[in-house]
Amino acid sequence: MSNSILELQLLRKNFGGVVAVSDLSLDIEKGSITSLIGPNGAGKTTIFNLVTGFLHPSSGHIRFAGRVLNKIKPHTIAAIGIGRTFQNVQIFPKMSVIENIMVGRHLRSRAGIFYSSILPPFLRNEEKLIRAAAEKQLTFLELEQYAHVPAGGLPLGNQRMLEIARALAIEPKLLLLDEPASGLNARETIAMGELIEKIKQMNITVLLVEHDMELVMDISDHVAVINFGRLIAEGSPAEIQENDDVIAAYLGE
Amino acid sequence: MNHTDGTFIDVLQFLILGIQRGSIYAMVAMGFNMIYNATGIINFAQGEFVVLGGLMMVTLTMAFNLSIVFSFILTVLFVIVVGILMERLTINPVKHPTVLRLIIITIAVSIIIKGVAMCFWGKGSHYMRHFSGTAPLEFFGATILPQTLWIFAILFFVVIAYIIFFNYTMTGKCMRACAINRDAARLAGINDRKMVMLSFALSAGIGAIAGIIITPIIQMDYARGAMLGLKGFGAAVLGGLGNSMGAVVAGVLLGVLEALGAGYISSHYMDAIALVILLFVLFIRPSGILGSSEAMRLKEF
Repeated sequence: MSNSILELQLLRKNFGGVVAVSDLSLDIEKGSITSLIGPNGAGKTTIFNLVTGFLHPSSGHIRFAGRVLNKIKPHTIAAIGIGRTFQNVQIFPKMSVIENIMVGRHLRSRAGIFYSSILPPFLRNEEKLIRAAAEKQLTFLELEQYAHVPAGGLPLGNQRMLEIARALAIEPKLLLLDEPASGLNARETIAMGELIEKIKQMNITVLLVEHDMELVMDISDHVAVINFGRLIAEGSPAEIQENDDVIAAYLGE
Repeated sequence: MNHTDGTFIDVLQFLILGIQRGSIYAMVAMGFNMIYNATGIINFAQGEFVVLGGLMMVTLTMAFNLSIVFSFILTVLFVIVVGILMERLTINPVKHPTVLRLIIITIAVSIIIKGVAMCFWGKGSHYMRHFSGTAPLEFFGATILPQTLWIFAILFFVVIAYIIFFNYTMTGKCMRACAINRDAARLAGINDRKMVMLSFALSAGIGAIAGIIITPIIQMDYARGAMLGLKGFGAAVLGGLGNSMGAVVAGVLLGVLEALGAGYISSHYMDAIALVILLFVLFIRPSGILGSSEAMRLKEF
């Protein structure tokens, strides 16, 4: 068997007559950092939406750790072990930073949702355990001094970090990052690259969509290039940089 | 001198009456807000939850002679089940849920509940015994019924429970997260449909409590839901839709204005006062007196 954690097999998504993803097949190797690149509108975010269950494929299969994900809902996919961040940061602005992470963490607590609503908070320490785990996550991302600040008040770079922290809180096996460096300045981008490599060391596979080519070429083990919903090239960063099709797609023919 | 004393006692009496009515509006408004936050819709069957709570309580205490505490619990559970059934049977199965469709459904459900309630309880109004006697207490010259004190106390308890639930339990946090950003919540593994169901259960429960505590005073009948719902909606809008603590303040305020209007203008205009306030708020400051207009822009309506 292959060593892939996520397999896309002849994946297709139509919106009316528009084909956003066209019979795309791709294997994501376990433990790797794989980048999806391609011009705007190539279908990268659609692929993320398909994998996380926000959209369902028109045809083809998505297999995650051997399980077919085609019709599964987003919250179940999160429970199976796929975390994700969005291109436009999606946090809970009115909740504090630590609460944002705790919400991500609730999946991994032992108590079910109804159990936890029946027992009054002082009779159980579930909330405390979750809070402690969330605090660890904050320390990992060096956000601990913001723990009780409303998340909406953080600068963009920190909001992105927080979104990643929340995604990590569900203890994913696969993390999808949608343009994590967009809107970040040079220093924040370098920090983001370091963070992504740290995440890889935690044994979490990373699938990255990113326009910052320097970052992509720097940290990726594997790069897949998509244009008009099709896979036009894949390989190591060095191979991709030499590929004529890729250069044509980016510069226009 | 006597005259000023009399005025003071009058005002105090109206205030007590107003806060009593307002407490009910506040609870109805909290129910509206919970469902609004979870789904973006106004549940027009909210008033029916209040009626069901009142009528069920009447049956359990007066016909079956059960104790107040036991009936209270049973009634709240009963209405919670009705709320859950409503969500599972009429809201959850909708294929393409748009705000308008769901609202029309809640209107349909309110009519159905009203019809069924009429079949079971008839058209007459039902008397229920007070929780602890009817001997009025004196309060700085004004009188206050023990039941009124119960209403104040229970509103206080509901508000405290609400705050604890939404701020200090994981389920509450998840519901808040789902209300703020549904996609992100789903991504964090929150089953948004379950949260919607829970919001219906909780708001049915709060509605039931409101119905139970007010019934000894107003004598419940099957058709009261619409007016109670409308007043509660007024309070919810006044407090800023989605803002439950705003709703509590606005509900009490609305009740007090109503009572003062009834006392000093004419009791015939009592219902009109609440509705005129509702209209003015919608015209002038649709985000409510306590809501932020910034938050309003993000809502669907």
